[in-house]
Amino acid sequence: MAAGDWQIVGFTAWVSALATVLILPFGLGVAWILARRQWPGKSLVETLVALPLVMPPVATGLLLLRLLGQRGVLGSVLHRRFDLDIVFTWRAVLLASAVMSFPLLVRSARVAFEGVNPRLEQIARTLGAGDLRVFFTITFPLASRGIVAGTLLAFARALGEFGATVMVAGNIRGQTTTISLAIFHAVEVGQDGLAYRFLGISVALAFLAVWTSEYLNSRNRAH
Amino acid sequence: MFRNTRTLVWFVVGALGSPLTTAAAELRVWAASSLTESLQEIAATYEGSGGEHILFNFGASSLLARQIQEGAPADLFFSADEAKMNSLDAQGLLAEGTRRDRLSNSLVIVVPTDSHLRISSPEDLTTSAVKRLALADPEAVPAGIYSRTFLEKKGLWAVLAPKVVPAASVRAAMAVVESGDVDAAMVYKTDATVSRKVKIACEIPGGTEPPIRYPMAVLKRARDPGAATRLLNYLDSAEAGRVFQRHGFIVLAHSNPTK
Repeated sequence: MAAGDWQIVGFTAWVSALATVLILPFGLGVAWILARRQWPGKSLVETLVALPLVMPPVATGLLLLRLLGQRGVLGSVLHRRFDLDIVFTWRAVLLASAVMSFPLLVRSARVAFEGVNPRLEQIARTLGAGDLRVFFTITFPLASRGIVAGTLLAFARALGEFGATVMVAGNIRGQTTTISLAIFHAVEVGQDGLAYRFLGISVALAFLAVWTSEYLNSRNRAH
Repeated sequence: MFRNTRTLVWFVVGALGSPLTTAAAELRVWAASSLTESLQEIAATYEGSGGEHILFNFGASSLLARQIQEGAPADLFFSADEAKMNSLDAQGLLAEGTRRDRLSNSLVIVVPTDSHLRISSPEDLTTSAVKRLALADPEAVPAGIYSRTFLEKKGLWAVLAPKVVPAASVRAAMAVVESGDVDAAMVYKTDATVSRKVKIACEIPGGTEPPIRYPMAVLKRARDPGAATRLLNYLDSAEAGRVFQRHGFIVLAHSNPTK
């Protein structure tokens, strides 16, 4: 594998990690609200959050493209006001990965929060703790293993993201090429050996992330 | 729903098996995406006058050749460059004596219809006003390869390569420039005339290296080689030639097939 190929691996890992970090605060917030609060129309929010998980990734990518392209609703504003282009840059890879991983994080974190006995939170409140303090000292620590497992799952999903990325970021050597795109392209140009090498790395990374996630989840259930 | 396992098995076999009985009267044509409109028109005429139903798979010739190599059930291959046909030939996948060079084309630089950019020559692509240029994948897809080799010959590739947004096929490159997410694209002249959302900024005179050639051939694994050859001969006819010309292709004159 040449230096350029390792750059692709590094870029994929970096942008997936960044995407995961970016969705964490928002994802945990949404997960907590879904776990602890009820309101009319809650199922609509649940469905919207789950959409990227269920829709064909290329369809999600197409929506993002229409939204963020230079003539799109959001994209045109960003282009004119801030001279910021998202489509066909690394930012599009980041965004596509973030959107596709979001539902996975929310799902896992919600289950983790629901697993925390609400009475423990109530007891903390009776002792005078405010909402935020309850969250950081009671809810979050008790849900942490599930949250970490969900974060790893989201990271693994971001690593393997293809459909939305290819739509909204394209495959631009050195700028937006991820491992999945590199595999696809290598097969297209007949470089099967290279494709298999990327495949191996991809499997290794995904295996590591998912195995750790499952391990943490099983320990979560045990206690 | 199923009274026992046996009925279930027969149902599954029947459901899976039924397409096989209808497939016999169909011809499968794997063709370059730039041929979409002209071949669909020719197919309509062919089917209308009693010919077999034609199923198309349009796409980048590189991808199509790869699919055929891996065993795709195509009867006829219509490629946008010689290299892809040569690679299938080298693997013995073409039916003897059926290969013909049928068409040629020319390249153009297109911009979105509402673009204010002035591109009167390929050199104008190097200005900073052109931030991104869409090409069909310059490493694999014929349109991209023709574009790249032309730009290399002009000594412009080194400057332009960082601006290139590679697309899966020449039609995908068209879609990208139509959306306005790139400033310009290099596509076939025949593609530019199909779309109303782009305008031709500059035409590339002929003389690409290699020259643009669209060969077609029947595949050895064609289910009905006779029917496939009949279609090939129809594609080779003057009547089909007029359709190709109307869509902007250059019809090559030949008295004998190339192989």
